[in-house]
Amino acid sequence: MAKVQSFMRSLTQGRQLVIGVPYLWFAILTAIPLLIVLKISLSEMEATSVSDMIDWTNGWPTVKLNFASYLFLSSDTLYFQTYLSSLKYAVITTVICLAIGYPFAYFMARSPKHLQPMLLMMIMLPFWTSFLLRIYAWKTLLVSNGVINNVLLSLGIIKSPLLMMNNSFSLLVGMVYSYLPFMILPLYANLSKLDLRYLEAAADLGTSPFKAFWLITVPLSKAGIIAGSMLVFIPAVGEYVIPELLGGPDTLMIGRVLWDEFFSNNDWPMASSVAVVMILLILLPMALFNKYQAEQSEVKV
Amino acid sequence: MIKLFSRSWMIAVYIFLYLPIVTLVVFSFNNSSLVTVWSHASLRWYTVLANDADLIAAVGLSLKIAFLSALMSVFFGTFTAFALNRYRRFRGRTLLASMASTPLVMPDVIVGLSLLLMLVSMQHWLGFPERGLFTILLGHALLGTAYATVVVTSRLREMDGKLDEAAMDLGCQPFQVFRLVTLPLLVPALVSAFLLTFTLSFDDVVLSSFLSGPGYSTLPMVVFSRARLGLNPTINAVATVTITVVTIAVVASSFYQSHMERKRKRDIALAYSDKNQ
Repeated sequence: MAKVQSFMRSLTQGRQLVIGVPYLWFAILTAIPLLIVLKISLSEMEATSVSDMIDWTNGWPTVKLNFASYLFLSSDTLYFQTYLSSLKYAVITTVICLAIGYPFAYFMARSPKHLQPMLLMMIMLPFWTSFLLRIYAWKTLLVSNGVINNVLLSLGIIKSPLLMMNNSFSLLVGMVYSYLPFMILPLYANLSKLDLRYLEAAADLGTSPFKAFWLITVPLSKAGIIAGSMLVFIPAVGEYVIPELLGGPDTLMIGRVLWDEFFSNNDWPMASSVAVVMILLILLPMALFNKYQAEQSEVKV
Repeated sequence: MIKLFSRSWMIAVYIFLYLPIVTLVVFSFNNSSLVTVWSHASLRWYTVLANDADLIAAVGLSLKIAFLSALMSVFFGTFTAFALNRYRRFRGRTLLASMASTPLVMPDVIVGLSLLLMLVSMQHWLGFPERGLFTILLGHALLGTAYATVVVTSRLREMDGKLDEAAMDLGCQPFQVFRLVTLPLLVPALVSAFLLTFTLSFDDVVLSSFLSGPGYSTLPMVVFSRARLGLNPTINAVATVTITVVTIAVVASSFYQSHMERKRKRDIALAYSDKNQ
């Protein structure tokens, strides 16, 4: 018994355990599943389990690779258009979030110190309340007989209801709305650390505030800009819920295609190929994000 | 002039962020069955909600999953944060760090699809797990672990390593250091990680849809399927209840955190004061 106890103690003390547990956890739940997606994307529709792909007929295991899904993916222009349109909406969302979020984060970082925690909490609070319900709320606001149209009609500002729903407008409103806090938070973290003495020095040397902003503040907040943009861009590319609830027939998004391939067509290899191509598209932004994230945390230390 | 501009910019952003939430709450007290047309105030939709067995069952399942997955997330997240921050150099550290940040940035649909395909292959070979509560739980715990790691890491970074060293100088074993010194200092971070991962799980619809089996519908899955069909006043009532509970929890936890912080400062002041000598 004492032996078991000392063994247990040596285990709990060991760095093997502290490193091993999370390693195993993430390997089983992220790395292996992504490899399985890659494998299934290379299989036929019937052969969805990994064991079916290995051919034992010659006594040696040979992996049967099947590029049918990828061939189909590249031959059908609809997929290409959908990827392109997802990227387009993700880029527009990122740019709008940056245009709204950068000034906001800048003003927040310059507001009185005692107010900042409250201002920050007010940005976080919507993030704590259900994302799905907030998207649903936009639906009630934007539909033709919705709250905004009703108010504008009753005030006599418009004669007929504005078409704001199930088009790219409603999609972008929903995306910007959901992802704006992800842009503001890293920018604020970065801008609130900015050494104001640089700006004072620039002013002493005769630089106008506007020029100082472009030459000093913006370059120094580069890490925050990139981290925020990637935090918006990457999930936006694969977004499913927002285009499903707020988008229309014209707003093609790849997340919806993946969902439909999987749930409606039950075509697992096709869904996996769509996913693999999507991962390839966001690999570069993810690498960028990791690099600047590391840089920003090093600055903190 | 600049002040006026900056103030109106900030107010506009806050209005943009809160307008949908306020609308949801206001129209939940509307008597009309049209969600967007105000008739008069009533609790009609709350009565409907109270008698909606599907929704109530879904709330129960969601609460159960959120509680368990938050516990798992905090547990594994603490491990991951320790591995990444206390052992700065080990083979495969970069791999662990990038695996831990994958669920944060990877689109939900890919995380859901890949997890499901893994679980299906596993079931093919091992005969378990059956799709249902457990598989949803795993998905939420994975997502939660990634977030909990970030929260615990930021606390570990700002913690004073000297306290650990002092405890070791006084003869503590490494595990004792963790139990007696590090863990008590981490408690506020663990509480925020728990709350955050609980909400994430309670809110998730994509992972649950991929990982759920027949008969297992979480609250967001039910809300989503109804919202897809159109506007539904009961959703407003659900939203108002959720928002109220969450706001109370967030405000209470921030009071608790600032209380703990003040207590800690008081204790430190006491420890340095003359009384102890």
